Amino acid sequence: MSLSLAKSFPPTPELPVRADVATVSPFPVKALIRDVGFYYGKYQALKNISLPLHDRRVTAFIGPSGCGKSTLLRILNRIYELYPGQVATGEVLVDGENILSPGLDINLVRAKIGMVFQKPTPFPMSIHDNIAFGIRLYQRLSKSDLDDRIESALRRAALWEEVKDKLRQSGLGLSGGQQQRLCIARAIAVQPEILLLDEPASALDPISTQRIEELIAELKSDYCIAIVTHNMQQAARSSDYTAFMYLGELIEFDETERIFTHPREKRTEDYITGRFG
Amino acid sequence: MQVYTRRRAVNYLVVVLSLGATGFGLLFLALVLWTLLVNGIGAIGPSIFLEMTPPPGSTGGLANAIFGSVAMTAIATLVGTPTGILAGTFLAEYARDSRFGEVVRFINDILLSAPSIIIGLFVYELMVVQMGHFSAWAGSMALAIIMIPVVVRTTEDMLRLVPNALREAAVALGAPKWKVIVTVTYRAAVQGMLTGVLLAVARISGETAPLLFTALNNQFWSNDLNAPMANLPVVIFQFAMSPYADWQVLAWGGALLITATILFLNIGARFLASRSSFNR
Repeated sequence: MSLSLAKSFPPTPELPVRADVATVSPFPVKALIRDVGFYYGKYQALKNISLPLHDRRVTAFIGPSGCGKSTLLRILNRIYELYPGQVATGEVLVDGENILSPGLDINLVRAKIGMVFQKPTPFPMSIHDNIAFGIRLYQRLSKSDLDDRIESALRRAALWEEVKDKLRQSGLGLSGGQQQRLCIARAIAVQPEILLLDEPASALDPISTQRIEELIAELKSDYCIAIVTHNMQQAARSSDYTAFMYLGELIEFDETERIFTHPREKRTEDYITGRFG
Repeated sequence: MQVYTRRRAVNYLVVVLSLGATGFGLLFLALVLWTLLVNGIGAIGPSIFLEMTPPPGSTGGLANAIFGSVAMTAIATLVGTPTGILAGTFLAEYARDSRFGEVVRFINDILLSAPSIIIGLFVYELMVVQMGHFSAWAGSMALAIIMIPVVVRTTEDMLRLVPNALREAAVALGAPKWKVIVTVTYRAAVQGMLTGVLLAVARISGETAPLLFTALNNQFWSNDLNAPMANLPVVIFQFAMSPYADWQVLAWGGALLITATILFLNIGARFLASRSSFNR
């Protein structure tokens, strides 16, 4: 379904997206961003963005500050709607369904699309309740099933060993790196299909960053992951596809290896070699 | 060098002036507390809590007035807290940037500083005149109306302090807005909101003017909310102005009781505020 969908909507020729990328990949397209634009009031922050997000692959959004990479990520679960005056145009097709269409119950969509933010955001409640919060929204589990689900989410987020004896203590008492892994555990506990990571390691120390990157590498076997990062090494290390954005436009989208070795655009090359940004 | 010397002199002068102003303010606070303590401590004993307000010339206590104050403050709190919290939630979470929210916020600020005697007269017209007699209900309503804007204001301020990142994180899990507010935002702001409620209780527990027009007073024990009810502020007002020495002693005792209660509530509020989850 997703694959055929990508074929039926190939990127428009004038866009700097290789037409074959979407179709030759063994990993089907999970989400297709088509002609997306974005406005903060009258200011246009994104122009005609089109690119696919592949299932079980990591797609990195890179670019200098203010290029619109975080904005693009915030469109993918419509979190921008919390603020009046912010409007997105175009389509984001997730499994063929346009999640930007107004008739949709966006809460159900968000439950399928997890998000982790730059700053760790543990809720002011116990570690157990932090993770149970999302699960309880849409599922009624017995206590033992709930505990199992919490344990497996914490194990996947590589946090279980550190917190298994203090699940009833406040999530605010954890270190920054632990809090961020708690947020990842919270996001995957609701069994989403897509994970959005908005600079998930930029507020963390190098060791915590490494753990998060290992975690991303492990999680990608199950999820479609989109990550915003201002750290190019991180994009090169942990992503399969990279989108380079500049001034609200998508300059180049390709396999990460190609972007970092043979970029087709001069601006991409200038950015990744550190000539600006 | 001359510039530096001058700047030092100005600095010294400003420090002395501000210290002086602080001392001037604190001096009167200390004098008030000291006078209250010296004159009121003699009246504090078991009888003040156990006996009714006496006629002139006989002994008694303030039991009926203490009960009336506690009862009316409690009813006002029960009415004012949920109303104030809901309205504050509306302003902070639903009408933050709307024109309507701005108007409501402005009106609430006016109500916040409205003289309490006006509110007393308002409830007098609205309830006492309609019912044909003074009552504890009317007193409670007047106190609730004074309390609501305080709770609205602190609730809104505390909810606005909750970082948006926290709301976004809950929304991103698929939580509907009401659920985010009730389970995440309130929990993050609960200490601050409770502080606001405590400060509002402290504020109304000393109000006299609104009760004078509504609950009036009662020389006897009454737990009938439809009848006039004794209360500490009005009893103090009446007894302190009287020419009878034993009434005056009781007025001192009552004043000390109210002040101690307000002090206690304020300390409780500070304690709660210092444990606020944002100060970690």
